Amino acid sequence: MNKNIIIAGVGGQGILTIASIIDLAAMNLGLQVKQAEVHGMSQRGGAVESHLRISSEEIYSDLIPLGKADLILSIEPMEALRYLPFLSPEGVIVTATEPYKNIAHYPEEEKLMDTIKESATHLSVDAGLLARKAGSPKSFNVVMLGAASPYIGIETEELEKAIRLFFGRKGEEIVNVNTKAFRLGKEYATE
Amino acid sequence: MQKQLLLGAEAIAQAALDAGISGVYAYPGTPSTEITEFIQRSQPENGASVRSAWATNEKTAFEAALGMSYAGKRSLTCMKHVGLNVAADAFMNAAITGIHGGLVVTVADDPSMHSSQNEQDSRVYAKFAMIPVLEPANQQEAYDMTRYGFELSEKIKLPVMLRIPTRLSHSRATITRAIPREQNDLSPSGDKTKWILLPANARKSYQRLIEKQQELIDASDSSIFNKIIEEKGPMGVIAFGIAYNYTMEVVKTYNLPIAVLKISQYPLPKKLISQFTGKYSDILIAEEGYPVYEELLKGYFGNGKFRGKFDGALPRTGELTPNLLAKALKVDTEETRSIPSIVAGRPPMLCKGCSHRDLFDAINRVMEEYPEHHLFGDIGCYTLGALPPYNAISTCVDMGASITMAKGAADAGMRPALCVIGDSTFTHSGITGLLDAVNDNTPITVIISDNGTTAMTGGQNSAGSGRYYNICKGIGVEEEHIRPITPLKKNLEENSRILKEELNYQGVSVIISQRECIQTARK
Repeated sequence: MNKNIIIAGVGGQGILTIASIIDLAAMNLGLQVKQAEVHGMSQRGGAVESHLRISSEEIYSDLIPLGKADLILSIEPMEALRYLPFLSPEGVIVTATEPYKNIAHYPEEEKLMDTIKESATHLSVDAGLLARKAGSPKSFNVVMLGAASPYIGIETEELEKAIRLFFGRKGEEIVNVNTKAFRLGKEYATE
Repeated sequence: MQKQLLLGAEAIAQAALDAGISGVYAYPGTPSTEITEFIQRSQPENGASVRSAWATNEKTAFEAALGMSYAGKRSLTCMKHVGLNVAADAFMNAAITGIHGGLVVTVADDPSMHSSQNEQDSRVYAKFAMIPVLEPANQQEAYDMTRYGFELSEKIKLPVMLRIPTRLSHSRATITRAIPREQNDLSPSGDKTKWILLPANARKSYQRLIEKQQELIDASDSSIFNKIIEEKGPMGVIAFGIAYNYTMEVVKTYNLPIAVLKISQYPLPKKLISQFTGKYSDILIAEEGYPVYEELLKGYFGNGKFRGKFDGALPRTGELTPNLLAKALKVDTEETRSIPSIVAGRPPMLCKGCSHRDLFDAINRVMEEYPEHHLFGDIGCYTLGALPPYNAISTCVDMGASITMAKGAADAGMRPALCVIGDSTFTHSGITGLLDAVNDNTPITVIISDNGTTAMTGGQNSAGSGRYYNICKGIGVEEEHIRPITPLKKNLEENSRILKEELNYQGVSVIISQRECIQTARK
């Protein structure tokens, strides 16, 4: 077992929640985990990414080498493309479709989606819609985790267990909303 | 013991708690902040308390840590690399006095300048001070070496530096904890010849420090953290700290027949280095940071068997990556995709609703009336006022430099001389500069942009909250020229008027622009 995942987004979007849930699931399975994240200046609305590596063997580098990522999980479409050099030839992009426009010259959305299509095997998800269906727009991230779950290399039950662990201290309702968000994302991916 | 998933920074914090520290002293600075934050939210399990509130700056932090050491207890001080510049006076002299209770100085370097103004290598400072450095490669080593650092410090009676780069500080992995140790008893040193650095004492202490160097080299030679990992030849790599990870990533992925010597404790282990370098004819020196030890091993006239940053095998600037190591080890890596041209840059920016935004609107409006626009800036979120749409700042050099540079420019005849400094930066290093201006009656206008917190590093307490008016008054700024304003859109007109009045005043004036940080207000 050996998975390299880039999780991408914009500072403040909460990509670390996704990383934490996968970390928990991997740890519970006794796998090795390394997860490099971005703190500091870029968290103020800049591009942020997390390099998440899971393996049954010892992991050396905290950074994924170029061309070795199995998955780019992005909660913003343009950010999905920023990390393309990391994607392996067989790698998959799973991205949310809703752009986060906090810059003056955000590219044309249609062209952006076309570029994603041309770039790699991809799945684009209207995560906002599914999050509202799950009962909270805040569960956007977890929808994306669900949509990417077939490519993470960890069983669904283990990820759901990690969601319960992660949100457990926030109460049963939050756990249920996020479990639902995860399942809606996963259903969308496997349809 | 239980396994925990921790950031490198948090592993250090947990280890310091488990090593029985009685206090941590630090000023926030990326990528070191999380060490102290972890200690603040997780006091030791045995009920003993650990002092952990933020210090005003790195120098006060270092000195307090040294005082705790004098009293016989273990203390940790943490800072980012440029923070060590601020603490350098205490740092250099603590190597001369030596310590009593164990003292570990954790310095987080920022190669690639993710959140910094330079990428200086703290190992140079440790060499300068002649103290040992521990440089972990991974999170478990960060934990183990912190604990070992306290033991080593008490054994050799010197402060020990623990050096980590951003990449380790901000990366998580599982660590296994050891059994926690009790705190030291209070047992003040009282050895006056050691602690009073009058020349007569200091000369002897400095001599002792020099004589101790062989013991430090021996400690490195017998350290479990320095070891030969692979012995295949004919090429070898001396991999320092985190460079070891990238080296091993490449060696394992491509199954390379390459010898690897891992170095994580300094000064350089003489026997081990000599044994390794004697065996191989082509040796890559992989260091995260400056080519400090490459220069030493290569020598001024350049021994050709050592490759590294001087001959371009590795780049001279920026952080290392597995791909850079692959290239240096002459591996043909697969071609990778490039970033599509449609992708636009997304730099960080001031938050929506941030008080600095309304302040910059007022500043830009007033400055329009002058032929030239100069605004001396400082270190903090408001440095982002340098970027569009504001383009408001002319300088950003080091903590506190806004006030003193404005003073120097005013002395040279520049009018108006305007500067902006955050509340936390003002107490860190701004007050002394303001005092200089008051004593000279220099015509400068200082804006203290007070958002009530140390915002850039995540909202830590600010040392002088609620007291800026009194601080300015106390050091002699005339009360009629200390002008509080509230940076809000509706106040733009009034704030611009006040700013203009003070720019016209030919003496020291301070504008305290006060509104809570939008991030902390949300919490």
